[in-house]
This record gives sequence, structure tokens and C-alpha cells, in this order.
Amino acid sequence: MNALTFLVSPMVALMLSPLMAGVINRTKSVLAGRRGPSLLQPYFDLFGLFRKGIVYSTTTSWVFRVAPMIIFSTTLAATCFVPFLPTGRQWSFTGDAAMLLYLLGLARFFLILSALDTGSAFEGMGASREAFFSALAEPVMFVCLLNVMRANGAGTIAAALSAPIVSDSIAVLLTAIPLFIIVLAENARIPFDDPNTHLELTMIHEVMILDNSGPDLALLEYAASVKLWLFSLILARILLPASGLIAQTAALLILMALIAIAIGLVESFTARVRLIKVPQLLIGAGGVALLGFFISVSGILSSVKGI
Amino acid sequence: MPYIVYAVVVVLAGVIGLGFRGENRAQKYLPAAVISLCSFLTLIYLLWTFRWIEPDTVVRLINWQLPFAGMVAGIDPLSAFFLIPLLILAACCSLYGPRYFSGHPAGRSHWFFFGLLLSGMVMVLLARNGVLFILAWEIMSLSSFFLVITDKKNPPAMRAGWIYFVTAHIGTAFLLALFFLFAALSGSFDFVAWKGAQYGGGTADVLFIFALVAFGLKAGFIPFHVWLPLAHPSAPSHVSALMSGIMIKMGIYGLLRILTFIVPYHAWWGALLIALGGVSGVLGVLFAIGQHDIKRLLAYHSVENIGIILLGIGIGITGAAYGSNVIALFGFAGGLLHVLNHALFKGLLFLGAGAVIRQTGSGEIDNLGGLIKTMPRTALFFLVGSVAICGLPFFNGFISELLIYAAGITGAVHASSPALSIAGVAGIVSLALIGGLAAACFTKVFGIVFLGEPRTKTIGAPGDVPAPMVWAMALLAAFCIIIGMGSPFILPFLIRPALVLAGPAAEAVTDSITSLTMTVSVMLCSFVITAALVAGLVKVFLRKGRTVTRAATWDCGYSRPEPSMQYTASSFAAPIVDHFKIPLAAHKKILSDGKLFPGIAWSFHSEAEDWFLTRLYSPALELFDRLFASLRWFQNGKAGQYVLYIAITLFCLIVWKFFL
Repeated sequence: MNALTFLVSPMVALMLSPLMAGVINRTKSVLAGRRGPSLLQPYFDLFGLFRKGIVYSTTTSWVFRVAPMIIFSTTLAATCFVPFLPTGRQWSFTGDAAMLLYLLGLARFFLILSALDTGSAFEGMGASREAFFSALAEPVMFVCLLNVMRANGAGTIAAALSAPIVSDSIAVLLTAIPLFIIVLAENARIPFDDPNTHLELTMIHEVMILDNSGPDLALLEYAASVKLWLFSLILARILLPASGLIAQTAALLILMALIAIAIGLVESFTARVRLIKVPQLLIGAGGVALLGFFISVSGILSSVKGI
Repeated sequence: MPYIVYAVVVVLAGVIGLGFRGENRAQKYLPAAVISLCSFLTLIYLLWTFRWIEPDTVVRLINWQLPFAGMVAGIDPLSAFFLIPLLILAACCSLYGPRYFSGHPAGRSHWFFFGLLLSGMVMVLLARNGVLFILAWEIMSLSSFFLVITDKKNPPAMRAGWIYFVTAHIGTAFLLALFFLFAALSGSFDFVAWKGAQYGGGTADVLFIFALVAFGLKAGFIPFHVWLPLAHPSAPSHVSALMSGIMIKMGIYGLLRILTFIVPYHAWWGALLIALGGVSGVLGVLFAIGQHDIKRLLAYHSVENIGIILLGIGIGITGAAYGSNVIALFGFAGGLLHVLNHALFKGLLFLGAGAVIRQTGSGEIDNLGGLIKTMPRTALFFLVGSVAICGLPFFNGFISELLIYAAGITGAVHASSPALSIAGVAGIVSLALIGGLAAACFTKVFGIVFLGEPRTKTIGAPGDVPAPMVWAMALLAAFCIIIGMGSPFILPFLIRPALVLAGPAAEAVTDSITSLTMTVSVMLCSFVITAALVAGLVKVFLRKGRTVTRAATWDCGYSRPEPSMQYTASSFAAPIVDHFKIPLAAHKKILSDGKLFPGIAWSFHSEAEDWFLTRLYSPALELFDRLFASLRWFQNGKAGQYVLYIAITLFCLIVWKFFL
């Protein structure tokens, strides 16, 4: 049984991740005064895409054909490291944070290559931006995870995320804020990228998958929603209060919905920043996360608590 | 010792090559074939006997009559570990070399210097006496200098060779000073005496700094890297692979060897190495992103990877200094494994770059494109090397970086020691930034060179490279995958050398490294199996019965895309280079006629010059040049006069000794 519990996380991610996109879209519609599509619309979209035919550009090579499968499977593999059930034993080891982020890095590597494989200038542009912004986002993500691990004195993500750290309010605050920014940046949401259209507003992620079609596009969209689910799950786990199994799972699902609504709110009320400002935003997030780390190392707060 | 026999045989193989007159097949293939075969056999012997290598097996080769200079050689796990990448690369590069030269002859002396370089490096690793070490070190530096200037008609190559020559000898000067200090402190030139001697805190600091400069100039971390991006592109590709893959690691070996003499480590050494490693890593990869010549770019990545190695060693030293065996062992093991890994994937990438240059005649990334169609095998192996060098999972680079991450994370979450936490977080942030930027750089290289369409019509590869060159690349790629997926296999060769550095106390925690690699390996293998199954299902169920159409790239509806419309390496790198333009001293060239409706085709080019060379070293060296010009009357090149100087010096010393 223990050997199989690590499958819970990817299974849940597969089942529920498209729903997050549905919640975000519904939030945006409601705020814009529209009725909006069904919450299940992302599932229908994926299903439709899986049934369609494929068009390959004559410029592309086998890299373009295998990339969607590599991206999908590595993203799904990454979900194995973030626990969904509070009691479920995770497959973990010291340094699994690196494994998690580098699996996502591998997915990104092939996403960029498949964009360059089409020879399209537009896709090259998106690829270039993705490469740059994600390089800046990666250290921030690491520091956020380190903050959580430090608060729990654990070297693995599974152990760090299983125990709640809500009581340590400064650590939570200085981790959750940068982490939320990273959730937006890594998943190409406003204010980093506009997921609404393929051409006029979108600058990064949707640009890179312009030439993919049919099942390939479905795999890429599915992988993108799993990635959003994964990052949100990490954020939700940090904010989660401690309680029993059922209560905690329920609380987790509610938190995930709240995060989706928060993303929808951000997308409704802010504009996309100029691309040239994106690095500053990411570096700012990194600064906040590092501040959290150094406060913890210096022990200022524990001495204050002592008084 | 068979390794000394090997060192002699590879030199002899080169001498055979010298004996031939004119161009013929035997002259072309025989020396390389002998070197390749010997390297394979010695490698197998080494791997087989590795577990029986004892820390202090010392052999006195010749009873030499020179003072201080007993020819003492020996092998311990640390030397033996560095022999592994050396022999692998020697075998692959000499397999690759002869066909690489089929267009233009290399000259008879090429394989002689190649053999000499190998032999020099083997002797550096085996030397257990300071004088023998310096002799071997000089043989290594000089023979590699002659290999860099293989193309003697090419002025940039000659300049690169000259700069390399000067840096190598500044390094040797520091090395001499270091070894004389050791000899003065311990009363002997034998390493055994150096290891046994006691050094005070301040003395150890001085020795460490001298070692850092002397070996840093060979290892090529920033700020000692200036020769690297010049020398590597000038040398033939298999020589670049050898130099970048293993020769610069001799600098790392030297530093580690000195570290074993001056235990216990001081914590600030670790901090300094982490700082140097972080700066080298980040700046190295940023400089690489700004380059457009494929071999120059790879050379800057060597600076980056040496930075990663230093991060591992630095964290290891800090851990040892603060008494954390786990951090020490993981840090040193990660750094050492990265030495081996970098030799494998960087060798592979240089051989791949050489294949591209051989087939297309150009190393300019912006000219190339679409080579995956004409050179499918080279493309596949280059892709393996690219993923591996970015430290991504399933390939070897990931394992060494993971060990360093594990050391860093253990330090960062360490609640009671702020020093370990800061060292850990510094290492992790640098590594993460390096990893992300390296991925940007290698998606650029692979994406622009091998994918898309050729960017200039005149350049196109007629086909893939000949079989021996493909085998050489395939072998290195296979090692990358074996270490990446089956990391427990490498542990018997890794843990004992790491213990030499981390100290015997760390033996208690070797289980943690075993269980980590086992877990990772099992995990990666099960991911691959699952992914293969899923891919099979996707192929069967999702792609079956789908209409598959081929069309032009959609490109926002533009129906007639041209190769010149593609993104170039310059444009791909532009956001990063722009953002870091201050540390990179980058400049852009936009060729335009400035009109609203362009009459000519505008062109855009961005470049990152190495300001360490142009703004730091060149002015400093010119200043020295002017200062010493006033001493020319003294150093006038007449041998007779120099003998007179020696006589006068001796006279003065005698007077000083007996009369004053």
C-alpha cells in the first residue's frame, strides 16, 4: 500500500487540474459580468483536442514530435514529490526539491526546443523569454522551498510540506507572497503573460505551442494545467492548518479553489506588465524570499518570542 | 605500475608517428590507434582494480642523483579517480581525431604532442614528489601549448597560444613558490613529508592562497579564466575536448591534493571557494550566452562547470570545518563526480561541435540551422550532451548537482549553525541560477544549430561524420546515460576519493549517499518505464487513425516563411544579454541605413567581450612591460654574461656566508 500512495498525487493532479482553469475562467467571467463557460469546459476542450488530427510543419524534426510526450510525462512525474494526502508516504529524499524543479526544467527544455524546431520567429521569441524568465524564477522557487524546509527542520519536500508551519506567521508570509508570484510567472498568468489569446496579447507560453495541434496540443495544455495545479498545491500546503485527514483534505481542496479564485482576481484587476519589467518582479520576489531565510537564520524573531 | 607503462607507451606511439615521412595511412592512423587501444585497456584495468587501491602505495621509479628529486610515484583513490575521465577521454579523442583531420593534415608532430600531453597528465596524477610534479606539470603545459597552435598559419590561434603560454607560466611561478614553501616547512620535497608536517593557522592560509592562484590559473575559474575562451576554440576539436574535459581538471586535482596536506580546513577557505564558484558559474554561463562561436561558447561553459565543482568543494570544506560529516561528504562527492561528469559531457559536446565544423566549415551559430536532418547521429549525441550539461534528470550532470544540492539543503536547514546555513543557501541559489541560465544557453545552441532551417544558403552539411567519430561520441553519450540512470554503479569509484578529502570520520555517513543514489536511480528508472508505456499508449490510441498533414510552419498566417525570418542566436540571447549588460560589458551592433523604409537589409548582432582580458589584464601587463623595459640592459640575451651573473651571485653568497 505504501508503495502506491505516491501515485495519489499524480492521479489527483490528472483528475482535478483542468478544473482549476475552469474556476479561474469562471471567476474572470463573473467579474466581467458574463455568465462564462462551464466549470468543466477545460475537460471538454482537452477531449476535443485528443480527437483531432495533427498537422506537422515540414521544418520540424522528431524533436517536435516527441516533445509533447516528454513534457507531459516529466510534469506528471514532478507531481509525485508533492504530497496530496497528509498521511500518504511520499517517495522522498534529501534534495528532492532539486529533482522536482529539474524535472520541470527538463519539460521546459523540450518545450523551448520544440518551439525553435518550427523555425518560426514568433515562437522563437516566446522561447527566448521563457528561457530567461524561468532561469530567474528557479532560484526564487528554491529559496521558497528552503524556507519551508527550514521552518520544519526537514531536508525533504514531503516532510516539510506535511507539517503545517502556519504558526510561524513571518515565515509563511515571506514564503507565500513570493511563491504566489512564482505561481503566476511559471504558469504564464497575468501580470507576466496573458493566456487569453494566441496572438495579440500572449507573449510567452501560448506563443511557443502555436504550431502544435490535435493530441500534441492536448498533451501540452494538459501538462500546463498539471503544472499550475502542482505549484498551487505547494502554496496551499504552506497555508494549510493542521487537522485530521478528512478535514485537512477538504481544507486543501477549498484552499486550491481559493488560489484559483485569487488568480482570477489578479487577472481581472491587473494589466500585464511590460516584459522588460518582468525580471524586476522576479528579482523582487527573490529578495522577499531571501529576507525570510535570513530572518530565520539570524534568529531575530525567536529571540523576540523569547521575551 | 601499469599506469607508468601507459605513460611511456603513449609517448612512444607519438614518436612512431614522427618517424613517418610524407602522408600515408599508417602515419595517419597508427599512433592514434595505439593510443586509443592502450587507453581502453588501461581504463578496464583501472576500473577492475580500483577497489584494491590503497591510500599510500608509493613506488620509487629511479634513484635519481639530483638533490631533492626522488622520482617517487604512487596512486591513491584520489589520483585514480582523476585517471578515469582521463583514460575515457584519451580513448575517445584519439578514436575521433584521425578522421577529423581528413580535410587538412595535422602534421607529423600532432600525435607526438597528444601522447606527451596524456603522459604528462598521468604523471601529474601519479607524482608523489614536488620536483617530479613540476616536471610533469610543465610537460603537460608545453605539449598542450603546441597542440593549441596546431594551425600555425592562423594569427588568432597563435595569439591564443601565446596568452595560454604566459598564463600557464605565471601559474608555474606560483607553483614553484608554493612547493619551495612546503619544502622549507617540511624539509623535503616528498609528498609524504608534506602530509606529515604540521602547519600553523597563518601558514596554512598562505599555502592555500598560493595553491589557489597556482592551480586556479590552470583550472580557469574567474578571474583566472582569460586563456580558456581563446585556447579552446583554436585547438582542434578533439584536443579542445581533452583540454577542457580533463586538463583544466588537473588544476582542481592540484588544489585538492594540497588540501589533503593542510588539514584541518579553515571555514573561510570554503566560503572563498563558494564565492569564487558562484561568480565563475554565473558569469561563465552569462558570457557563454553572449557568444556566437560554438567552441568559444563551450569554453565559457567550462568556466561555469569549474564554478560548480568549486561550489561542491567549498560546501564540503565548510561542512568539514564545522564538523558536519554529511555536508562534507556530499559536497566533496558532488564536486568530484562533477569533475568526471563534466569531462564526459563537455568532451561529447566538443566532439559534436567539431563534427559540425568539419561538415559545414563554420562554427558560427548564427549561420547554421536544421542540421538534425543531415547529421542525425551527431544531433542526437549533441542533444544528450546538452541535456546533461544543464544538469537535467536522467543524465549524469543531474546526479553530481543533486549531491551538491543535498549538501546545500542539509546546511541550509541546519538550525544551529548560521555559517552552514548561509553557505548552503549561497550554493543553492548559485546552482539554481546557473542551471536555469545553462538551460537557456543550450536550448539556444541546440535549437539554432540543429533545428529549424539552415540560416545561410551556402552552408549545408553533405551528411553525417564518418563512423569512428560517431562511435567516439556514442561512447561518451552512453557514459552520460549510465551514470545518470544508474548512479549507484559509480559509488565504488566515488566514495573513497571523497573520503580522502572529507576525512575518515565521514565513513560513518557513507550509507546516506548510497541510499540517496539508490532511491534516485530507482525513481528515474521507473519514470522512464512508465513514460515509455504512456508514450506507447499515446501512440496506439491517440495517434492511430488521426489524419497527419504536413504543411509549412504556420507563423501567424504568413504563407511563405523564409529561413532568414527565423530567430537567431543573437536574438534568442538578447533579453538575457541586455539585462546583464553591466557585468557582461555587452555591446550591440545594428547595421541599418536609418531610414523609415529600409533600403538595405538591416542586421543585428550582439556580443559580450571578455572585459577581464581587455580592461584588467591587458592594461596591467602593459604596465609591467613598461616597468621592466628599464631593466633590458641587464637582461640582454647574451649567454656569456648570464654565466657571469651566476658567478657574481655565488661570489656574493660566499662573501656573505664566510666573511659577514
